[in-house]
Amino acid sequence: MTQWAIEATALTRRFGELAAVSSLDLQVPSGSIYGFLGPNGSGKTTAIRMLTGLLKPSDGHVSVLGLSLPQEAEALKRQIGYMTQRFSLYEDLTVWENLQFVARIYSLGFREARKRIQQLLSTYGLEALARQRAGSMSGGQRQRLALAAATLHNPSLLFLDEPTSAVDPQNRRDFWEQLFDLCDRGTTILVSTHYMDEAERCHRLAILDSGQKRADGPPEVLMATMGARVVELEAPDLRQLKQDLLGLPEVVSAAQLGARLRVLVDDRVERPQQWLAGLPQARMATSLEAVRPSLEDVFVTCTGAAREGQ
Amino acid sequence: MNGLRRILAIIAKELTQLRRDRMTFGMVVMIPLIQLLLFGFAINTNIRHIPVAVVDQSNSGLSRVLMQTIAATQVVEFTERYATPQEAEAAIVDATVRAALIIPADLSERVARHPAVGLGSPPSTDQETSRPVAQWVVDGSDTMIAAAIKGLRAMPLQELFRQPANRNVPTFEVALYFNPEQRTVVNIVPGLVGIILTMTMIMFTSAAIVRERERGNMEMLINTPVRPMELMLGKIIPYVFIGFVQVSIILGLGYWVFQVPVVGGLGHLAAITGLFIAASLSLGLVISTLASNQLQAMQMTVFVLMPSILLSGFMFPYEGMPELAQHIAEVLPATHFMRAVRGVVLRDASLADMSDDAFWLLGFTVLGLVLASLRFKKRLD
Ligand SMILES: Nc1ncnc2c1ncn2[C@@H]1O[C@H](COP(=O)(O)OP(=O)(O)OP(=O)(O)O)[C@@H](O)[C@H]1O
Ligand SMILES: [Mg+2]
Repeated sequence: MTQWAIEATALTRRFGELAAVSSLDLQVPSGSIYGFLGPNGSGKTTAIRMLTGLLKPSDGHVSVLGLSLPQEAEALKRQIGYMTQRFSLYEDLTVWENLQFVARIYSLGFREARKRIQQLLSTYGLEALARQRAGSMSGGQRQRLALAAATLHNPSLLFLDEPTSAVDPQNRRDFWEQLFDLCDRGTTILVSTHYMDEAERCHRLAILDSGQKRADGPPEVLMATMGARVVELEAPDLRQLKQDLLGLPEVVSAAQLGARLRVLVDDRVERPQQWLAGLPQARMATSLEAVRPSLEDVFVTCTGAAREGQ
Repeated sequence: MNGLRRILAIIAKELTQLRRDRMTFGMVVMIPLIQLLLFGFAINTNIRHIPVAVVDQSNSGLSRVLMQTIAATQVVEFTERYATPQEAEAAIVDATVRAALIIPADLSERVARHPAVGLGSPPSTDQETSRPVAQWVVDGSDTMIAAAIKGLRAMPLQELFRQPANRNVPTFEVALYFNPEQRTVVNIVPGLVGIILTMTMIMFTSAAIVRERERGNMEMLINTPVRPMELMLGKIIPYVFIGFVQVSIILGLGYWVFQVPVVGGLGHLAAITGLFIAASLSLGLVISTLASNQLQAMQMTVFVLMPSILLSGFMFPYEGMPELAQHIAEVLPATHFMRAVRGVVLRDASLADMSDDAFWLLGFTVLGLVLASLRFKKRLD
């Protein structure tokens, strides 16, 4: 296998006038967890569908596990697992029956299937639910079942489309532990999300917005090179102050967090803290503090979402 | 080998889902049961007991005997009596009766001159003056009822005078094979097999693929190694069994309740029924790949079902239809099955006798399966 599990160049998909994904260049290293971070409608699902061969790209070239799509999509199917955004197993079948169906579809032998299903049930804490219908399970349970089904045939590449959207934080953490386990055993994982904390756990990630890739790289690097610095300040009339600051060209964004205002100041300003303190608009500010940037800041700088007043 | 395993996986899954779906499961049994009882008892082309009125202007012993003689045929039943023809017409308009018998005041003179009375050959001068003895005013909009009353037109009148009817020699001798008692149900039961199978088989399968798409299962399914043809076969095979269960219910009940015998061999019956089930199922699959939701699938099913009921020969003889309708009927699997199954059940026809229909059904099945597999893409666009 090559160094890259997925390579795409100028990948584009249009739906009529709308370009759901446009000129996406992507290189996903083998054995890593790669994230797609983007808001609703940014083209995450569309991109994943093209990478799994379910949608034909309007333009561009994709090669996944060395197979070029869409021509070799059939050969790829055995090697990838795909957990869809919407629950796509059978709600009127039980956990066991669903897994059994998937095992048979992937042509596992009777004994082998049994063993594998037992193993998955215990890995994902589903033993007690084996006889329960999927339709009557909670969001977190379903999501564990879906992951079990997607990994049943030991795929070397796993696509997860917003796997934790219906899951509480504790379950989300457990879920990620399982992803790291899979990754340790050599599985490449591509996961889409709109949670910042989740994106931060990825080895690398791509920030998507309106179908375009705004940035990519390891989260730390993205945060270090985002082209803005973060200052948090406290002041009496935060709403007014926010409006005033957003009017300045040097201010990338300003967002209220409780009693504080988080201001992103462009890199070109040498000392953002002093600069802010010297502004007439901010003379009422009581505390000014430079803080470590978060992924959300990266996201905001990349997409310019804050300018339109989130 | 793996293909076979995948087909079996889909069959097992379909059967489990079907077992869980109480409503559909019930329909498998209830549709043939209820429909057979309904149609078996209700559809009757031997018209009897039509409610009619009488306007007796002669009011004589003879007119009463005339009415009794007519009532004895059981074709009509005198339910109303009016004084004037106008009242009788009004009763026809408001559907109190379907026809009215107007007996004129000069009934006895008319009867005396009537040749059918058989009081010797009347003088030729009387021939000219002889007229029908009475008049029927009929609601002709229903052609079946009109035909039944028209059948009374040449009723012999000898009985009016308690004379034995002339055993006159008929022009033709008619030997009625296969259904000598002329019971409509004998023709209905095998036909109903075709109609019910058309309905349930197309309906079940046309929903099959659409449902997976609607519930979001398709995105998972097309991401697995399953091949379109395997999916199609896995989807229809469970319904083949269901089809046979339904046929057994219909023919079994037909035998026990309506005494419709199955004259032909069960092997032939199974062969032709199997072919028809397969043809209907593959048609359902084609619909399934065309429709984008279950409502659309249902509409297309009805689109096929209506002509299958009306043109296949179930309701009206195929030979009596205009040529264009016959061409349309030829396309429908139900037409070919109707012909073949009546052949087997009622006339003990052999497979050789119905090879044309059998081949046609086979061809239809293969064509449908290929079309459905070609149309089914393992992609979302
Ligand atoms: N089949 C389709 N036909 C037309 N437009 C589509 C289709 N699928 C997606 N789109 C459009 O493409 C854009 C991207 O959609 P996509 O589902 O890829 O977004 P997403 O990032 O997955 O969003 P979400 O976070 O809500 O799942 C949207 O504007 C959507 O309306
Ligand atoms: Mg999505």
